[in-house]
Amino acid sequence: MTAVDDRPQAEIGSPRLRKEDQRLVTGRTRWTDNLQLPGMQHLAMVRSPFAHARITGLDTAAAKSAPGVMAVLTGADVKDLQGSMACAWPITEDQKAPAHPAIAVDRVSFAGEIVAVVVARTAAAARDAAELVDVDYEELPAALDLKRAAADEVLAHPDLGTNKSAFWQYDSADAGTGGAVDEAIDKARTDGIVIEREYRQQRLIPAFMEPRSVVCDPTGEQLTIWSATQVPHFVRIFTALVLGIPESKIRVIAPDVGGGFGGKLQHTPEEVVTVLAARHTGKPCKYTETRSESLVSAHHGRHQWQRLTLAATKDGTVTGLKVDLLADMGAYLGLVTSGIPILGAFMFNAIYKFPSYQFNCTNVFTNKTWTDAYRGAGRPEATFAIERLMDELAVEVGVDPLEIREKNWIRHEEFPFTTVAGMTYDSGNYEAATARAKELFGYDALRREQQERRDRQDPVQLGIGVSTFTEMCGLAPSRVLGALRYAAGGWEHASIRMLPTGKVEVVTGTSPHGQGHETVWSQIIADRLGVPFEDVEVLHGDTQIANRGLDTYGSRSLVVGGQALVLAADKVIEKGRPVAAHLLEASVADIEFADGRFSVKGTDKGKSMAEVVWEAFTCHDLPDGIEPTLDSDATYDPVDFSFPHGTHLCAAEVDTETGEVKLRSYVSVDDVGVIMNPMIVAGQLHGGIVQGIAQALWEEAVYDEHGTLVSGSFVDYTLPTAADTISFVNDHTVSPSTTNDLGAKGVGEAGAIASTPAVVNAIVDALRPWGVRDVRMPCTPERVWRAIRSAGAREAEPTTDSAQPHFDAGAPNQDEPGSGATEQNGEVQ
Amino acid sequence: MIPAPFDYVAPTSLADALAALADSGDEVKVLAGGQSLLPILRMRLNAPDRVVDLGRVEELRGITEEGDSIVIGAMTTYAELLASDVVREHAGLLTKAVQEVADPQIRHRGTVGGALVHADPAGDVGAPVLALEAELVITGPAGQRTVPATEFFQDLFETAVGEGELLTAIRVPRHTGWGSHYEKFVRVVHQWSIVAVGATVRVENGLIAEARIGLTNMGSTPLRARAVEDALVGGPATQDSVREACAAAAEGTNPPSDLNGDSDYRRHLATVLSRRAVLAAAGV
Repeated sequence: MTAVDDRPQAEIGSPRLRKEDQRLVTGRTRWTDNLQLPGMQHLAMVRSPFAHARITGLDTAAAKSAPGVMAVLTGADVKDLQGSMACAWPITEDQKAPAHPAIAVDRVSFAGEIVAVVVARTAAAARDAAELVDVDYEELPAALDLKRAAADEVLAHPDLGTNKSAFWQYDSADAGTGGAVDEAIDKARTDGIVIEREYRQQRLIPAFMEPRSVVCDPTGEQLTIWSATQVPHFVRIFTALVLGIPESKIRVIAPDVGGGFGGKLQHTPEEVVTVLAARHTGKPCKYTETRSESLVSAHHGRHQWQRLTLAATKDGTVTGLKVDLLADMGAYLGLVTSGIPILGAFMFNAIYKFPSYQFNCTNVFTNKTWTDAYRGAGRPEATFAIERLMDELAVEVGVDPLEIREKNWIRHEEFPFTTVAGMTYDSGNYEAATARAKELFGYDALRREQQERRDRQDPVQLGIGVSTFTEMCGLAPSRVLGALRYAAGGWEHASIRMLPTGKVEVVTGTSPHGQGHETVWSQIIADRLGVPFEDVEVLHGDTQIANRGLDTYGSRSLVVGGQALVLAADKVIEKGRPVAAHLLEASVADIEFADGRFSVKGTDKGKSMAEVVWEAFTCHDLPDGIEPTLDSDATYDPVDFSFPHGTHLCAAEVDTETGEVKLRSYVSVDDVGVIMNPMIVAGQLHGGIVQGIAQALWEEAVYDEHGTLVSGSFVDYTLPTAADTISFVNDHTVSPSTTNDLGAKGVGEAGAIASTPAVVNAIVDALRPWGVRDVRMPCTPERVWRAIRSAGAREAEPTTDSAQPHFDAGAPNQDEPGSGATEQNGEVQ
Repeated sequence: MIPAPFDYVAPTSLADALAALADSGDEVKVLAGGQSLLPILRMRLNAPDRVVDLGRVEELRGITEEGDSIVIGAMTTYAELLASDVVREHAGLLTKAVQEVADPQIRHRGTVGGALVHADPAGDVGAPVLALEAELVITGPAGQRTVPATEFFQDLFETAVGEGELLTAIRVPRHTGWGSHYEKFVRVVHQWSIVAVGATVRVENGLIAEARIGLTNMGSTPLRARAVEDALVGGPATQDSVREACAAAAEGTNPPSDLNGDSDYRRHLATVLSRRAVLAAAGV
C-alpha cells in the first residue's frame, strides 16, 4: 500500500458527456417511427374540424375501396370494444366527467377529435383514403371562453348538465396549518394593504421535438406496443384497464423518445386506436402523427384564470393569500388533467411565511383540446402569481422587490419549515442564492442604469425582474398521493445485474426521453460500486425488462429513482460481503467495501468486485446459505418531496416605440441540492429557462370564435430558437436534500417555473412610470405597446389610495386601461 | 410528407419547362425552392395534378451584369444572392433584406424568383424589388416580356405571371453608392415579417438626394411609401427631419390584422420602422 490517494476521481459531480447522445443526436437509433415490422399496416386518422358537433352521417365506402386500404374503423364500429379513456386523478368524490371514447361515436367535443381511422398498406395510401371518408356534422354551440364556460352559458357536454368538473379547496384554518384568510384580508382592508389581481395563464402546447408515434404488434402471445411516451408503465396498465385486456398479455416499450415536457405523460386515444386496428386486422399497425395533428390533438398545458387577494401589513409583511382559480380542462379529462392545477395548491405560498392561506380551484370543461401536464404542471402557474404579487406589494410599500421578499421569506436557520400549505421544506438558503444572484447580475448598477434611462426619457427603457421560486419535486410520497385521491403510488424501482464478466446492467423504472439518465445512473453506479463508468449499461422503458416502474415526470427520476438505485447498490454490496468473506477466509463482520474492493479490516487482503461477482457466478465453492448472485433490486417510496429553489434575475429592454422586449441579461442561482452532472443540470436549466421565457413572450395556443386552433402550425405557434435568446449566467448554491442519500432535489422543471415571472416582472418594472401594472402573456410587442398607450392616457388622473383595484362581482380589474387587455377572438385575452 | 398524388416533371431547360407547362392543365404548380409550396402540399391546402420542378434548369440560375442592370436568374437561391458582391455593391437593399429571410436552411433552398411569384406580402424580397424599381422578366409560349415591379405585384398571391408563363429573371438597376437598410420586425427570428421596411437612399452633402422606400406586409402586395420618399428628398438626413417625413409611412396602406398585431399597430410600426430604416440607410 502506498500513501498516494489513487482512488478514481468521483463520477458524481463530473460533467460527463452524455453516453446516449451520439445515437440520439444522429438519429441512428430506435425511434418508434423507425420500426418496420413484417406485414405492417399504417394508420391515418380522420379528425373533426368542428369544436362541437353531432355526427349525423359517416360514409366510409369510398375510403374502404381505395387502393391499399385494409380497413376503416369508426366509433360505431368499435364502440363496444374501445371503453373510455381513463382519468387517474379524480380530485373529488363527486368529480364530473364525460365518457371519453378514443374514436368519437355520435358527438365530437373538440376540433381534432378522432372520428375514424384508415388502415392501409402504406402511410400514403392511408392518408389519401382518409380524405375520402365523408362525415356529416351538425354543428352545436361550443363552450370556448373559460369564464363563460364556468357560467354554464353553453355546455361543452350537454348531458353533463354543467361545465364544472370539480371544486377543490385547501384552507389553512381548516387544515390547522394557519389562520383564516378572510379575517386577514378584512383586517388588512382597515389598516393594511390588500392587493387584488387577476392573471391569466395562457394555453400552451408542449411541442416536443418528436411527434407521437405508436406501433402495435398483435402477433405472438403478448400484444407489444411501442410508443413515443414518457410513461410505458402507465400505458400498459391503462391499456389493460380501458380495453379489458389482461395486463399480463401486454408489453409496452418506450424506445428512444424525443422529448415530452409532460406532453407524453398520457395514455392517448391514438394508442388505443392503434391497438384496436392491430387487433381488428391481425397485423402490426403503425400510427405517426404529423406536426399539425400533434399541435391540435396532443394535450395542451396551463390555461387558468387566477384571482388573487394578498393581504399585508403596511410595512409589507404578508398576512394572508387567497387564490381563486378557474382551470380549463378542455373537452375531456386525460390521465392527470384534473390534478394539474391542484399541484399548484402547495406552491402559491412559495418561499414565504404566510400566516393564512386559502386555495380554491374550479375545474371547467370547454370544447377545446384537453389540457394536462406541461413542464412544471401547476407550479409555474402558482409561482407566476405569487412572484407577480410580491412585486406589486413592493411597489405598494415603496421598497425594492428583493427587500419585500426577504421580509417574508423563510430564513436559512428556520429550516426545516412547515408551510401554511402543509409542506415541510427540508433545506434551503434563500439569502445565499439571492446574494449570489445579485452579485452576478450587477443588480445595483442595473438599477442605476434604469434610473438614468428614466431620467433622460430614453425610448428604450430598462426593467429588472425578480423571481425567487421554489418547487416541489420528486413526485411523490405515495401516502400524499393517496390523500389527494391519485390512483397510483409514487415509488420507483431499480435493479442491478452484476454480469459475470464484470460489466453491470442497471434497470430503472423511470423512462428517460432526453434527460440523460443513462449517463447519470452510470455515474452513480460507478461511484457506489467502484466499476468504470463505461462498464455500466442502463436499461429502461420496456415493461418486460423494467417490469416495475412509474416512469418520468415531475422531476422525480433522480430524486426517487436515483434513491432506489442507491438502495439496490447497497444490497449488491451486502450480498457481496459473505462471498468475499469466504474467498478471503475472514468473517463477514470484518469485510469492508470501498472503491470497488472488498477487503479485510486492518489488512491488505482484498478482492475486487469483479472477482466476487465471478465467484458468485461460478458458484463452485460457496458455503451453504449464500445466494449465488449479487443481483439486487429495490423499490423506494419517498418520505417527502424535495424543494429546489433559486433566485432568477432578468433585465429586459423595452422599446417603448414598438413594444418590443429584448432580454439584456439573465442570471439564475439555483439550489437543486447535490449536482450529479453539472453539464446536464446546465442543459436542463437552459432549456427550462427558455421554455418559461417563451410563455412570457412568445407562445400561446389561440382559438378562433369557432373553436379552431389558429396557432395550429409552427408558423403561428411561435416557438423560440437559440437565435431568439441570450446567453444565461447560471450558478448554484448547494443545500443537500435531507430526504435522499444523493442529496439531490431535481432540476427538470426549475427553469421553466422560475423564468416566466422574472421576465414579466421585468417588463412591468420597465413600464411602471407609465402606470402599467400588468401585461398579459404572451407579452407580444403589440400588447406592450397598447399597455403603454392606454396607460399613458390615464396619466393625468390623480393617483389615490382608492386607485388600488378591488374585485367587484363580474368586473375583473384586468380589463381596465393599462392592463394590456384586448378582446380578441371571442375571448378576453 | 404525404401530399395528395400528383404528376412530377423535372425539365432541364427553359424550353422544356415551358413545354411542360403548356402541356399541363389548369391544376399545375411550379416548384422552385419549395419553401412555400411544400408546406402547402404537405398540409393538403393545395392538390395540383402536376408539379413542374425547375430545380434542374441551370439557365435560370446565376447573377450577371448587363449594362446598367444586375440580372438575377429566377432560380437563384437566397444564399447565392447573399454571396454576390455585385448585388451587395449595386443593389445593397436586396442583400440587406435577404439576409433577414428565415433561417440558413431556408436561405439555401428558397429562391428569389420563387418568393416573388408566390407573392406573399409578408415575404422579404418584394419590397426591395419594388423599391429598387426592378423589372421582372417573364417568359411564356409567346416569348419574353418585361414588366416593371409596380405592375408585377397584383394582389395577395397574384402577380403578372400568366398561365403557361414563368418568371425567368429579375433585372435590378444599379444603385451604386446608395445606402440601404432593411428593418424587419418579428417576434421570433424565423417568422414572416409582421412589418418590414426597406429603404435605400442617396445622400449628397448631408441632404437626401433620392430615396426609395418599400413596405412589407402593409397590404395585399408590397408597397412603395411614396409620400415618405417625396417628403425626404431635398431634406437633411437628420433625426428630426426623417422622423417628420416618416410620419406618413402608413399613408394609403391597408395592413392585415392577425395574431401578431392589428392593422392600427402595423400602421404605427410602419412609421417607426421607416424612420429607423432611412436613418440607417443614410448612415445617421
